[in-house]
Amino acid sequence: MTISPRFLRRLKKLREFFSLLVRNRMGLVGLAIIILFLILAIFAPFLRTVNPTKVGTSKNILLSPSPQFWLGTDDLAKDVWSQIVYGSRISLAIGFLAAIITVFTGSLIGLIAGFYGGKIGEILMRIVDFFMMLPMLPLMIVLAAVLGPSIWNIIFVVSIVSWPTTARVIRSQVLSLKERTFIEASRCIGASDFLLMFNEILPNVVPIMFAESVLMVTEAIYAEAVLSFLGLGDPTAISWGMMLHFAFESGTMGKAFWWVLPPIACIVILIIGFTFLGTAITDILEPGYKEAHGF
Amino acid sequence: MGLKGFAIKKIIAAIITIFAIVGVNFVIFRMAPGDPVRMMFRDPRISGEQMQLIREKFGLDKPLWGQFISYLKELSHGNLGLSFWQKRPVLDVITDRIPQTLLLVLTALTIAMFLGTIFGALAGWKRGTRVDSFILSLSLTMYSIPAFSLGIILLLIFAYILSIFPLSGMTTPASGLTGLGYWKDVLWHMCLPAFSIIMWYIGEYVLLTRGSMLDTLRKDYILTARAKGLKESTILIKHALRNALLPVITVTGVNIGFAVAGVIEVETVFSWPGIGRLVYDAVMKRDYPLLQGVFLVFAISIVLANLVIDLIYGYIDPRIKVGGEKK
Repeated sequence: MTISPRFLRRLKKLREFFSLLVRNRMGLVGLAIIILFLILAIFAPFLRTVNPTKVGTSKNILLSPSPQFWLGTDDLAKDVWSQIVYGSRISLAIGFLAAIITVFTGSLIGLIAGFYGGKIGEILMRIVDFFMMLPMLPLMIVLAAVLGPSIWNIIFVVSIVSWPTTARVIRSQVLSLKERTFIEASRCIGASDFLLMFNEILPNVVPIMFAESVLMVTEAIYAEAVLSFLGLGDPTAISWGMMLHFAFESGTMGKAFWWVLPPIACIVILIIGFTFLGTAITDILEPGYKEAHGF
Repeated sequence: MGLKGFAIKKIIAAIITIFAIVGVNFVIFRMAPGDPVRMMFRDPRISGEQMQLIREKFGLDKPLWGQFISYLKELSHGNLGLSFWQKRPVLDVITDRIPQTLLLVLTALTIAMFLGTIFGALAGWKRGTRVDSFILSLSLTMYSIPAFSLGIILLLIFAYILSIFPLSGMTTPASGLTGLGYWKDVLWHMCLPAFSIIMWYIGEYVLLTRGSMLDTLRKDYILTARAKGLKESTILIKHALRNALLPVITVTGVNIGFAVAGVIEVETVFSWPGIGRLVYDAVMKRDYPLLQGVFLVFAISIVLANLVIDLIYGYIDPRIKVGGEKK
């Protein structure tokens, strides 16, 4: 297999990007937080956890934190620490999967709408505008309620609600790229529309897609937490939002801080982690952005 | 195209959007797996004959297209179906909850807008100083915390630990209070939920006003005002702030969707008897007709709110009045 010089160039660019990212303070903190949660998620079984769904004996109900139960127990005597650790798997999985699906769909539609313009672009953008007009959370709630509680439905619901934002961002990028000379040049030597779109324009929007993905992970984690808190989560997969839902419904919330505060802290810290990373990436990609917004 | 043409165009667009929303709403609930009649009544004792009767009554024996027409017809008479949890018309259930939500949201939104604009303008004005970075980092943090988590934290601290505020609801049950005493009680119950919503909105307004302020401060007329030797406070209030506020108004319209999310979360946490809590109740009771109705109300009110904001904006922005659409 031969490696094209173009590929090598991109690889070098990627390496430069990462070194910039690590040198950015926000980027570093964000990455550290995300890696910490990734470790929790990957090594969950080895982190002194028990089956998070296992109901304990009645004498262990609502115990405060102790050496045996690091974060205490809930009203069914389940270990809170184990639920937190396994919960990170669900948040991250939903976050990443929903972000990938959203950004893929949104980019494809944005690419087509921006590249073709005219009637097709107009129709696609009208659909995007319509979707953006709908109230996001109520739409997600209604869809999740109708489809039934499962992780896959939550991923679907989050994706279907979020793609229009990405489509809009990508479209505006494509619109400006289309006018550049290198596209003109490729067109002159007879490149097909398909080739132009995927070989010439797409590689140039990949950085924006990456930034969008990070943003979408945040949105997805947030959405999962809210939907689960509202009782629309997957009852077989205990997520942080679900823990809060059960704590809230049990009416014992006021007595058991150890059951309520850790999931809230995890949700907030993970969201802040991805937000920091997203901000750092935008900083690196668009140096003028920070100045224009005065950060 | 003058103001009139602009208004007509916006109104037509809003009507089309509402029709599309009604269509989407219809489709979503037909997407549901299983028989709608079984789902609506969830009672295994219903016989086949009764099911057939119900189907005919609701027009479910007709083809999908016919069903949509009869759905539209019912809707135009204000019939949103029957809530099987409350056993009364969905519209009544919803209208009962609207005043409580408006009371909470309008209070919180007004305060958040007011404070957010002041802090945002201050941060923009004092750009790069400690004041600026303090306001900025606080708003960014608030922005990252889901509204329901914020509500739970406040509930734990101020209601459970300190017992300063009530745990839930809008009034003290069976207190028999009237007049001023009643409103004092409501106000006392409203403190925590309103505070949660204010914190949830305020970041948005701070960031927005700050950004807009920075843009305005770069303008030539500010330089002119400075050169004229005007007082700093005069420049801030008369020249900068007034111009910086225009974009804030538009975004208020866009943000209503965002506001709705906060209302659902906060009302749920504090059991505030408004439409937001109704969503949670409908979900918990699996009351689909109610959920469908609430969604419709939310979606349509967002469209209408945006329409109003657009029209106000068109009225304020002289570029539209003179001609030429604002892009």
